Amino acid sequence: MSNAGWIETCRADEIDEEDVLRFDHGSLTLAIYRSADGKYYATDGLCTHEQVHLADGLVMGDIIECPMHNGRFDYRTGEAKGAPVCVNLKTYPVKVEGGRVLVQIG
Amino acid sequence: MADGGMVIVGAGECGARAAQALREAGWSGAVTLIGEESLPPYERPPLSKALMVAAGEPQVAHPLTRDAAAQKGIDLLLGARVAEIDREAHAVILADGRRISYLKLLLATGARPRRLAVPGADSRDVLYLRSFADALAIRERLRAGARLCVIGGGFIGLEVAASAVARGCRVTVVEVTPRILMRGVPAPLAELIARRHEQAGVRFRVGAGIARISESAGTVKIGLADGDEIECDVIVAGIGAAPETLLAARAGLAVENGIRVDDRLRTSDPDIFAAGDCCSAPHALYDGRRIRLEAWRNAHDQGNLAARNMLGGDQRYEAVPWFWSDQYEMTLHVAGLADQATKHVKRDLGDGAELHFHLAGDGRLLAASGFGPLGKVAREIRLAEMLIQKGAKPAPDQLAAPEVKLKSLLNA
Repeated sequence: MSNAGWIETCRADEIDEEDVLRFDHGSLTLAIYRSADGKYYATDGLCTHEQVHLADGLVMGDIIECPMHNGRFDYRTGEAKGAPVCVNLKTYPVKVEGGRVLVQIG
Repeated sequence: MADGGMVIVGAGECGARAAQALREAGWSGAVTLIGEESLPPYERPPLSKALMVAAGEPQVAHPLTRDAAAQKGIDLLLGARVAEIDREAHAVILADGRRISYLKLLLATGARPRRLAVPGADSRDVLYLRSFADALAIRERLRAGARLCVIGGGFIGLEVAASAVARGCRVTVVEVTPRILMRGVPAPLAELIARRHEQAGVRFRVGAGIARISESAGTVKIGLADGDEIECDVIVAGIGAAPETLLAARAGLAVENGIRVDDRLRTSDPDIFAAGDCCSAPHALYDGRRIRLEAWRNAHDQGNLAARNMLGGDQRYEAVPWFWSDQYEMTLHVAGLADQATKHVKRDLGDGAELHFHLAGDGRLLAASGFGPLGKVAREIRLAEMLIQKGAKPAPDQLAAPEVKLKSLLNA
């Protein structure tokens, strides 16, 4: 399987369960999540409302909450869950290989 | 008479949110949102921060644009002033004589800056911050090298001070009480914030009353009560805000530190609601004490809640009060009301960040406050907020220990 377009981000054990980590790649900022059941997800790292880093926010269940205005997204699908956020987050395919989290950005 | 729709007076964060929440809740009748400013609703928090320091043309974000209003069927009346409420006829009367009838009315009239009341305070060099236009006027005066004197060591004053430093100004903050942030922020955290400002070169004069303001040859002089004088080029006064209650009072609605509402945000007239900075409501978490908040989150939450209750909902206002303030690279977050706390516990978050927990005599967590980088502080305060909402009585030694996750206390 080709790894074209995939980037290596953090170690899988760097993120706690039900938590999030920021990862910057060039001008791209990602938020990488580990759910309570141990699955990994990735979205754009900045809130679609006021460009706040989502990795500074709180993960509760499948929801990431923006630390400034409480805008909420389902981090698995990127779906915006209501005001003040109305634009969905972009999500990225994720896989774990050799203990590292890989994200497909291209 | 009762053929009207939903009418909202005040097109700030609260009014704009309520108008949209009415649609989200399925209301298909008329919605009219009336604002005095000519701009569509915009977000005020950045006015003292990002807008002051941003390069290029200052911009504001709109929680409701003209296009979005049209698309949602919200009748946006801008540059329009409501002169009177005719409660008998269920109508508001605009200054130009137009009448708009209502089924339910929401007053989201906000607050206005308190004015300095000393000789010379009417000087054109004394500025206040509330609107986008105010922010542009201040920004224009904060040129590199300018001497700014901020009167009032509250959120607005300190944010303007930090922004002015970033613009290259020399800044003095004068505060009449013994310390900055007397209202709502505990002393140890206020001290931490003062140190950060001093590092940036800000000078403080606390416990200093203002006696007069005078001008000569392009220089402004602030005469302090103790006889000292401070020379500067421009003054920004951030000495609090007064709720806009005139319309309500004229209509005979009860007013008590803002428009008096019950815990459903209803005024003394069951068809009229009030929300946001303009109203005071009893708060179940704080023994039913009547509180009035001037904060973005409160305006947003109360706008949502008022809209649902205008449509026959019966939801109680019980959200934990929450504030934030950005200064330099640091952020201050406060959840809850600390003033009746008798026990205070500190948690060191590292990197100069601190979290303080404020507990009642019976061990209940009343408030938490934090200062530091956003990534250190925000989620901890959010978790503390949830503990406060639950009425939790967390063990002080666990609150003090950085290795104990607040999330684990929440699930305890």
